[in-house]
Amino acid sequence: MRTTDRPAGPASVPLTLRLNGREATFVVEPAVTLLDLLRERAGLTGTKKGCDRGQCGACTVLVNGRRTLSCLALALPHAGDEITTIEGLANGDELHPVQAAFVEHDAFQCGFCTSGQIMSAVAVVDEGRARTEAEIAEAMSGNLCRCGAYPNIVAAIAAVQEGR
Amino acid sequence: MRAFEYVVADSAASARALAREVEGARFYAGGTTLVDLMKADVERPKRVVDISRLALAAIELRGDAVRIGTLARNSDVAYDASVARAFPAVSEALLSGASGQIRNAATVGGNLLQRTRCSYFRETRWRCNKREPGSGCDALDGFNRGHAVLGTSDACIATYPGDLAVALTALSADIVVDGDGGERTLPIGDLYVLPGDAPQRETSLAPGELITAVELRATPLHARSHYLKIRDRASYEFALASVACAVEMDDGGRIAQARIALGGVATVPWRARDAEETLAGAAPGDAAFRRAAEAALAGARPREHNAYKVELAKRAVVRALRTVCGGAA
Repeated sequence: MRTTDRPAGPASVPLTLRLNGREATFVVEPAVTLLDLLRERAGLTGTKKGCDRGQCGACTVLVNGRRTLSCLALALPHAGDEITTIEGLANGDELHPVQAAFVEHDAFQCGFCTSGQIMSAVAVVDEGRARTEAEIAEAMSGNLCRCGAYPNIVAAIAAVQEGR
Repeated sequence: MRAFEYVVADSAASARALAREVEGARFYAGGTTLVDLMKADVERPKRVVDISRLALAAIELRGDAVRIGTLARNSDVAYDASVARAFPAVSEALLSGASGQIRNAATVGGNLLQRTRCSYFRETRWRCNKREPGSGCDALDGFNRGHAVLGTSDACIATYPGDLAVALTALSADIVVDGDGGERTLPIGDLYVLPGDAPQRETSLAPGELITAVELRATPLHARSHYLKIRDRASYEFALASVACAVEMDDGGRIAQARIALGGVATVPWRARDAEETLAGAAPGDAAFRRAAEAALAGARPREHNAYKVELAKRAVVRALRTVCGGAA
């Protein structure tokens, strides 16, 4: 098995970015992905590694407020960027409205895809383009759920949008 | 992923210089294709040149033309009001591709140069002339349900996977390239190269050349355009067949001129000029649309598992033309 998370070697480069509102500095090899930086270096394991190949959406995070796949991005090009992960959504013990809606609507079963689903859903609500259930489903098509919680995920997002 | 050197460019000229210093260097913009293929060990660059911070992301209106910077994100182009109004097929093609997350990262230039999804190319245990020139092609007699029926050769039947390039081909976009001799502009039809006996060469770009922009001229033809994509699932999937078309009607309600390009069925974004000619002066309707569809696929050479694509693509042509001509009569 190959790993991208080797100890810092001579080719390693310093990297400073913002993680959930706080500045953080690392020294990383060029081959480290944003996903591995979050999980292995920053200890933010809420972001999940599903396929690791851009096909499942479990690794979705916000980069400068826009949802993106952390597995298909190298870490170094994100110098200076603001990265928001699932750990950065709640305000203390108060859940983000999308998190609360996922609980309310039972929008998960095993939970593995859930942090990616929620990060994507936060962005979909913010983008404000998906209004009907069909549009929400299309906007969320990059997030797979093997348990098949899709109807409840769509319902949770619709509820958040209606509450606005 | 293999180790590589990471360098950051601060201008298009420095990007080209940094790329030319190391054979097989790759530009990094959104990363969505490159990182995937590096993990698969298909792409093995010794150096990655980060161009993502260059000031090449603007979408500019210049008279009746639009210039889209190579680093414009797919989502920004798709939702740009002037693009959606003047070139509906471009917006529709972009929104039919990938997912919201990937469209936020993927850039125009990288999207044009994305590589095939052929599973024999993407998996290093198989023989592939594109990945290892001269090694052979296991797709020819393999599981080739997704492969091309147009523009193929005995060396390669890999499908060009993109959507944007198909729309840009129908709309006669120009590609602006920064190279040793300065900036040059080429029609998109001259960017892509048929596989022939050297499928490892996919474009006419020289090593170290950098796409800097895409240019489109807005005409009534461009405004009446449409992109139709047929795939195995409703979203987040590559095309089995796709059609970009545009028409301009004359005062008598006939088709003055038409443009048709096909995706998902050819080794390059496929301009169907024979089909376009059958439509010039024709009354819009299924008879004319089917004639055009037959012409578009006349040269098809299917393999064992992809013969269905010939009829699928014909029906897609008819349906796309119905949509774009709707209300014309």
